[in-house]
Amino acid sequence: MTGITYLEAIREAQARALADDPRVFIYGQDVGDFGGAFKATKNLAKEFPGRVLDSPISEDAMMGLAVGAAIEGLRPIIEMQFADFSTVGFNQIVNQAATLHWRTRVSCPIVVRLPSGGTSGSGPFHSQSMEALYATYPGLVVMTPATVEDAYSMLVEAVAIDDPVIFCEHKYLYYHLKADSLPTEALPTGKARISRAGRDLTIVAYSAMVHEALAVAEELAPEGWEIEVVDLRSVKPLDTDTIMGSVARTGRLLAVGEAWPWGGVTAEVVARVASEGFNLLDAPPQRLNAKDTPIPYHPNLWTVHRPTARSIANAARKLLQT
Amino acid sequence: MQVSSDLLCQSFKTMLLARILDEKFASLYRAGKIHGGVFLGRGQEALSVAVGGQLRKGDAFAPLIRDQAGRLAFGETVIDAARTYMGSALGPMRGRDGNVHRGRPKSGYLPMISHLGSTIAVVNGVLFAKRMKGETGVAGAAVVGDGATSTGAFHEALNQAAVEHLPLVLVVANNQFAYSTPTNRQFACESISAKAAGYGVQAHRVAGNDLLRCLEVCGRAIELARAGGGPQLIEADLLRLCGHGEHDDAGYITPEQKNSPLGRDCLKVGEQQLLDGHHAAAADLAAWREAAVREVDEVIARVQREPAPDAYQEDWCALASRHLQETHSHPED
Repeated sequence: MTGITYLEAIREAQARALADDPRVFIYGQDVGDFGGAFKATKNLAKEFPGRVLDSPISEDAMMGLAVGAAIEGLRPIIEMQFADFSTVGFNQIVNQAATLHWRTRVSCPIVVRLPSGGTSGSGPFHSQSMEALYATYPGLVVMTPATVEDAYSMLVEAVAIDDPVIFCEHKYLYYHLKADSLPTEALPTGKARISRAGRDLTIVAYSAMVHEALAVAEELAPEGWEIEVVDLRSVKPLDTDTIMGSVARTGRLLAVGEAWPWGGVTAEVVARVASEGFNLLDAPPQRLNAKDTPIPYHPNLWTVHRPTARSIANAARKLLQT
Repeated sequence: MQVSSDLLCQSFKTMLLARILDEKFASLYRAGKIHGGVFLGRGQEALSVAVGGQLRKGDAFAPLIRDQAGRLAFGETVIDAARTYMGSALGPMRGRDGNVHRGRPKSGYLPMISHLGSTIAVVNGVLFAKRMKGETGVAGAAVVGDGATSTGAFHEALNQAAVEHLPLVLVVANNQFAYSTPTNRQFACESISAKAAGYGVQAHRVAGNDLLRCLEVCGRAIELARAGGGPQLIEADLLRLCGHGEHDDAGYITPEQKNSPLGRDCLKVGEQQLLDGHHAAAADLAAWREAAVREVDEVIARVQREPAPDAYQEDWCALASRHLQETHSHPED
């Protein structure tokens, strides 16, 4: 096998963090000798004895322990086995970790890794995208890497950040993305990337949806449309300047997210552009999200539940003709 | 464990100071000079001081709302408490948080949040990190009430401490009511301490208004944890001699309960123990009280003159990494 996958990049970033900084440790369900449910910590327990530890099935206590360890100056990485299960630790994340620095001036450097998003057959409780839920709380940084390079460099940076970071890594991308090598340079957190330049329409996306958007840009190119794709990289902070700059060039905005439609990242993007860049728009800004139901199990239902290249292309064509 | 005369006297003095400080907060509350609620430790000072006062520098302490005595014994100053209640910009919470939500995390004094049971795992984390850093001979105590034992956080954290064999002392002040809910609506087992066996944790039970016994039992539990004996669970039976907060008249506490041994005031019990054991004379007690009243009055007078937080000086930044703070939400700036 040549190249490195998104999942391997996450493992490598953790290996580097453990090697570079003795304050780092990993705590989560099955992360020890077993190497994690997805093998994101494969062999790390062996390579870093005593620093990669299995936890009981106790998301609340896992996060509480991380807060205490952070107060003591360590830098815990918490693996939630699935993003969906982080709701059990939600209180500790949003009320304990996220408020600590503001209340006491003591920083709380924790990375919470959330294996996020849908894969076919995973159903309602192993498929969720929770970035908007965490982004709504002050005191958290929320990362949503879409590429192998970003998965690596953003996770390395997340460990170095003095605040709790919610790291949403996409499970579909784990095995479907490959890079030739690990990056040596990276954009700073909070900076979005223009993944593809265009002049007719801006599609703002993040995580797995970036690739669906890029496929749409490719598909519509022979029709003469030049679509610009903005990869947010982190949803909090949200790079409003890059979004606004892109909309200034294209005059049209489609915000795409895999999460549910009520509120959330796409609504935030549209709200900001509508309030600050209304005069830049040649057509009403649009959003495309998952359907407002739990995430279905069967592939026939699942592929229609979330945005796909097909549904994004339909929305894009409609918007381009407005 | 033998309680020294010095420890007994020191503990009583701290209880007295806590009671007088609490009463001052209550009177400021009635005068409308405190912005939020006021929550007293009346009736729970003996237990509280026995925990906070027998921890050392380098240990961790996560008190709850009725632990003024334990906080002072662990090293909190009267002025830190007063500044937080009064919302002074000079206090440890700078008006960002108030009343019992205060601490100094870098000194091991952990600030509570209102979600009961959730600071237990934070103490676990402090102890876990200390072990990872090679610090030995430390202990950490978390205090909760009977109500918090019903939370998932309590269960998860106690189990976690047992699995990791951490030097955690989990103190349950069973004051018979969670706000107004009696213990028979809270749990169905015979006692809270009976739960310890299910976690593989050693249990202790003590009359929570008996100063001498609290010092003995809490001191022993802390030393067992410190010596590597794993987590210790203490259940202290007592009665809260006030409302949940000063807004609550506690009409649900029955006269029978108030007149039972549970309803004895630990301050009176402690006073008698000092006199009976010839550890102090009545004149000493009067002098201690007078000194405590004077200290509290001086501190409150000073804090009342201190500046309140200024919304226009506030930086409205929730992150330590200032460059990552969203600025978009303040278009008026």
